[in-house]
Amino acid sequence: MPFPFSFTHTVNVKNIEKLKAKAILEISSVIDLSQLALLRVDYLGKKGQLTQQLKQLGKLSSEERPKAGQIINAAKIAVQDAIEGRRIALENELMNENIDKDRLDISLPGRGDNRAGLHPITLTLQRIESLFQQVGFDTLEGPEVEDDYHNFEALNISEHHPARAMHDTFYFPDGRLLRTHTSSVQIRVMQNAKPPFRFIAPGRVYRCDSDMTHTPMFHQIEGLIVDEFVTFADLKGMLIDFLEIFFGKELDIRFRPSYFPFTEPSAEVDIMGERGWLEVLGCGMVHPNVLKNVGVDSEKYTGLAFGMGVERLAMLYYGIDDLRMFFDNDLRFLKQFH
Amino acid sequence: MKFSEKWLREFINPDINSEMLIHQLTMAGLEVDGIEPVCSNFEGLVIAEVKTVSKHPNADKLQICEVNCGDENLLTIVCGAANVREGMRTVLARVGATLPGIGELKIISLKGVISSGMLCSAKEIGLSDEHDGIIDLSISEPVGMHLKELIESNDNIIEISLTPNRGDCLSIAGIAREVAVFNKINFSVPEVQMSDVNISTNRNVKLTAFKECPKYLGRVIENVDTTVKSPLWLTEKLRRSGVRSINIIVDITNFVMLELGQPMHAFDNDFLHGDIEVRLSKSGEKIKLLDESHIDLKSGTLLIADESGPIAMAGIMGGLESAVNITTANIFLESAFFTPNFISGEARQYGLHTESSHRFERGVDPELQAKAIERATQLIIKTCGGQSGQIIEVLNNKELPKNSEVILRKPQIKRMLGIEFENEFVTETFINLEMQCHYEENKWITVAPSHRFDINIEVDLIEELARIYSYDAIPVSAPSNKLKMRVPDEKQETISCIREILVNRDYNEVITYSFIDPKLNKLLNKRNNLLLSNPIAPEFSEMRTSLLPGLLKSLQYNIKRQQQRIRIFETGLVFNNKDDLKQESHIAGLITGNINEKEWGKESILTDFYDMKCDVETLLSSLIGTRDTKMLPSVIEILHPRQAVDLLVKGDSAGYYGRLHPKICAELNIPENIYIFEIVINKILKKKNISFKKISKYPSVKRDISIIISEEVRFEDVMKCAENYGTNLLLNVALFDVYQGESIEKGKKSLALRLTFQATSSTLTDKSVESVMKKLVEGLDNNFGAKLRE
Repeated sequence: MPFPFSFTHTVNVKNIEKLKAKAILEISSVIDLSQLALLRVDYLGKKGQLTQQLKQLGKLSSEERPKAGQIINAAKIAVQDAIEGRRIALENELMNENIDKDRLDISLPGRGDNRAGLHPITLTLQRIESLFQQVGFDTLEGPEVEDDYHNFEALNISEHHPARAMHDTFYFPDGRLLRTHTSSVQIRVMQNAKPPFRFIAPGRVYRCDSDMTHTPMFHQIEGLIVDEFVTFADLKGMLIDFLEIFFGKELDIRFRPSYFPFTEPSAEVDIMGERGWLEVLGCGMVHPNVLKNVGVDSEKYTGLAFGMGVERLAMLYYGIDDLRMFFDNDLRFLKQFH
Repeated sequence: MKFSEKWLREFINPDINSEMLIHQLTMAGLEVDGIEPVCSNFEGLVIAEVKTVSKHPNADKLQICEVNCGDENLLTIVCGAANVREGMRTVLARVGATLPGIGELKIISLKGVISSGMLCSAKEIGLSDEHDGIIDLSISEPVGMHLKELIESNDNIIEISLTPNRGDCLSIAGIAREVAVFNKINFSVPEVQMSDVNISTNRNVKLTAFKECPKYLGRVIENVDTTVKSPLWLTEKLRRSGVRSINIIVDITNFVMLELGQPMHAFDNDFLHGDIEVRLSKSGEKIKLLDESHIDLKSGTLLIADESGPIAMAGIMGGLESAVNITTANIFLESAFFTPNFISGEARQYGLHTESSHRFERGVDPELQAKAIERATQLIIKTCGGQSGQIIEVLNNKELPKNSEVILRKPQIKRMLGIEFENEFVTETFINLEMQCHYEENKWITVAPSHRFDINIEVDLIEELARIYSYDAIPVSAPSNKLKMRVPDEKQETISCIREILVNRDYNEVITYSFIDPKLNKLLNKRNNLLLSNPIAPEFSEMRTSLLPGLLKSLQYNIKRQQQRIRIFETGLVFNNKDDLKQESHIAGLITGNINEKEWGKESILTDFYDMKCDVETLLSSLIGTRDTKMLPSVIEILHPRQAVDLLVKGDSAGYYGRLHPKICAELNIPENIYIFEIVINKILKKKNISFKKISKYPSVKRDISIIISEEVRFEDVMKCAENYGTNLLLNVALFDVYQGESIEKGKKSLALRLTFQATSSTLTDKSVESVMKKLVEGLDNNFGAKLRE
C-alpha cells in the first residue's frame, strides 16, 4: 500500500517499510535461537537499525514527529512480534527434538525391588481372622506341646474315649503330646478369665497321619463364644455368613448332625462343591461338661464353638489340589501368592 | 459300617429311593460315605448241580462235567477247576451270559469237547476275590434258580461312618430304628423263637469281674454239623457288610451281630475245661488268638477263661485252641454284655481292633443278649442241626447300665437352639425314639431306651430334638455382642509388622514342620531331647529348637529345583526342653544368591553380610528402635567365625545373624554364601515410641572427609569418636565409601564420611564448623592415628 506522504530524507517511510520487510524476512529464515538473538541486536539493540531510525526523530519538525514516530514504533513492534513468534517456534522445535531423543521402549520391564509374599496358609488365616474380627472376636494363642488335660480330658474326652483313637496323637515320653486340635486353647483361655468369651484361636495342630490327604502337621482355627443367650441358631447364622463371605459367593450349605465330645448339639458343615458335598468345618454348642471343667456356670451361660481346617479352606479357595504342596515351600508355588 | 440296602429294607421299607434314603441317613447323623451297587448283573447265571465228572481225553487239567441246571437235559461243560466234584452245587454261566473281563459266553470247543457254558468262581462273577476253584454252594441252594433272584443282585452297599456316640446304629436293626423315626413308620425285626431245650448239658459260668462283665449268657449246642456250607444268602449278607465268610457257625454269629448288634462268640465245647470264668488277667498269662497271634497279656485285661487258662480276650477276639472249625461237633455259644468303660481302649492297647471290640466299646444294648443267643441258636439248628441246652445266664444287675431319668425343661430348648418346639413334636419325638416320657409342669421326664448310651443329660435330649427336627430347619440368627475395644496384642502386632517388612524386602514366607531330623539338628549343634515317641518317620522326630533347620530344608528343596536366588523366612514356635519346656516364638530368615533378580540395566551383585545386616536393622528400628540393641561379634558355632553377630536387646541375648558356617554348607552340599538371622520375638515386641523432634529452621552444613586408618579399627568406634568430638552441632555421620587398594598403604583403609552440622538456634558460621572439624579430626588422629587423605 502506497504511503500518502513522505518525510524529510532522514526518515523515509519507504525505507522503514523496507527495513521492516527485510527484518521479518530474515527473522523467518533464522534456524536457531542464537542467530535470532543476533538479529534482535541488529534491529532492536541500542545501535540497531530500527533504534537508529527512532533516534532520527529529533531531527524532524514537531508536526512530522508524531506521525513518523508512530510509523517507526509500529515497525518496531512488528519486528519484535516476529522475533518473539520465531523464538517460541524455535524453542518448541528444540523441545520437540529433545523429547524425541528421550524416546523409550515403554514395554521394557520396570526396574526396582521386588516384593515377595506371605504363605497361602497365612493369607487364608488372615482372611478368616479379619472376618471374625469384624464381629468382635479376639485372636488368641496357646502352646503346641500340650498336656493330656487341656487337649483331651477337659474337653470331655476321657482316657478311653473312642474319640481318642480318631485323633492319632503324637506323644512325648513324659506323656505330653502335640495338640491335636486348637480346641485346647478354649480350656486355657476360659480357665484364666471370666465370661463372656469371644475369640478365635488359630494355629498349628498335629496328627500322626501322613498320606495323599493328610500331613502330620496342619492348621486349624478354633472359634468360641460363651455368653448369655448364645444359641445354635446364632452359630448357624454366623457360619453361613462366614462361609459365603469367605468364598465370595452364595453357597449351598448344610448342617449335618455329628459328634464331638466337647460340643452338643454338634454339627459338621458341608458346602456343595462341583463333585458333591464337601465337609468344611465342625461346630456345636459347648458341652456343659466343658463349661463345668473351666468353672463357667452352664445355667447362666451357653457357648458356641467351631473349628475349621485352614488347609482345606485354602485349597478350596485357591484351587490347590495337593495338600502336601503347602509344606514343600517350593518357590514356584509360593510366588503364585504374591 | 457297611450294609446292604436290601437287608435294611427287609426291616423297614419306606417309600423313598436310595438317594433319598442316604440323604436321610446323613442328615440323621449317620453320615453316608458311599454307595455302590453290590455287583455286576447276574443275567444268565443259574444254580447248577454237577452230576458227573470225567477226565478230558485230550487235556490233563480239564474235566468234562454233566451238569443239571434245571433244563430237561443235562449240559456238558468243560471245567478246569480242581475242586469240581460230583454232587457239587455251583454257579453256571449259560451261553449268552456276559461275564466281567470275559465277555459274552459262546459255545466253544475245548480240545475237541464242546462246552455249553462255564462253571464259575466267585471272582469270575464279581462276587468276591475268591478264585480258588469254582463256587462251592450249599446243597440247599435250589438247582435251576437264577442267581440274581437268589441273592438279590439289585442291591446297593451303603457305607456309613458312625460317630462314637451312636453304637446303637452298628446293626441293621439299629439303622432301621433310625429310619423308622424319620419316616414315622414301624420297622420289624425277624421273629425269634425260643429254641427247645433238648439236652441237659451245660457249662457253669462264674463272673469274677462282675463290674466289667455284669451279664453273661451261655448255651451248649451239641451234634452240630459244622461241615455245612454257609448258604449264599448268608455269605452275601456278610459280604455286603464287609465281613468274610469263615465257617457256618462263625458266619451265623457274625450275622446275628450285624443284624441285631450283639457280638457273639462260639467255642468248641470239647476244648473247654471245666467252668467258664470271666475275670481279669494276671500278669504272665498268654493267649493265642484266632488270627494266630500270640498275646502276652498285661494284668487287668478282661478274659474269658476256663480251668486251663484264657480262652478269649473278652469282647475282642477268641482263642485259637477252642475255635470252631469243620471238625467241631459241640459248641458253647457266648452272648455277653461287657461294660464300655472297661472294654474301651483295651483292644487298642494290644494293637487290635475287631468288629466285636468296636461295638462293645461304644455300647451294646444290655437287654439284647438273650434275644441274640436265641436268634443264633435258631439259625444254627436250622442249618446245621443239633440239640440245644439250657441258656445259662449270670447277671449282676447292679452293674448293668440303666438309663436314668433325664429331665428337659421347656425353656432350655429355646435357650440352646434359638427356636421353640410344639409340645406335641417334643413328646412324639421322644416316643418315636422309644423313650419313656411324660410331660408335666413345662418339663419332660424321660428315660432313654437301653440301646442308647448317649442320653444322660438335658442337652442330650435337646440334641435329639434338633436332629429329628433337622438342623437345616433351625432358623438362623446373629449372635449379639457388647461392643468393647481392646488393646491390640503386642506379639500379634509385632509378627504382622515383621511379615510386612520382610515381604516388602522380598522374603517369601515358608511354613515348615515343627518336628525335624535329629541328624540335622545335631549338625547345627542344637540339642533338644524333646523327641516324639511315635514320629511318622525318624526324620520328623525331634521338636525344633530353632527355625533354621526348616529354612535349610526349604533351601535344599529349592536349590534342587534350579533356584539360585532364595530369600525365605518363617515365624513359629521353637521348643526348648532344658529344665522346663519353653515354647517361644521366633522369626528367622535366610538369603542367598543375588541381591536382586537379574534385570536389565542393573548390575547383578551377590548378597553379602551387609544386606542381611540391613534387613535385621530395619526390623529392629521399625519395632524397638536401635537404642537398646547391640550387635557383638559372635562365637555361635553355626555361623562363619568372621561374619557372625550376636544380637542383644537391653543386654539380653535376642538372636543372631551372619553367614552360615562353611562346614555346614559343605555337609549339606549347598552353596557357601548363605546368610541367616534368627530373633526371639518376645525380645523385639513392638514398642517404639516415636516422639517428634523439632526440625531446625537454620540451614545445615555438610563436610566430606576421607580418613586413612588401620584396617583393624571398627567403623562403629570411628563413628562414636566422631560423635564425641562433633559436639551437639554434629547432626549426622554417614559413611559413603570404604576403600582399600592402590594408593592406600597396606593394612590401612580409607573411610569417606559425610558430616552434617546444624544448630538449633542460629545459622552456623564457617568458623564454628571449622573449629569443630578441627577438633574432630584431631580426635580421630589421637584415638586411631587417622590421617586425612590428601
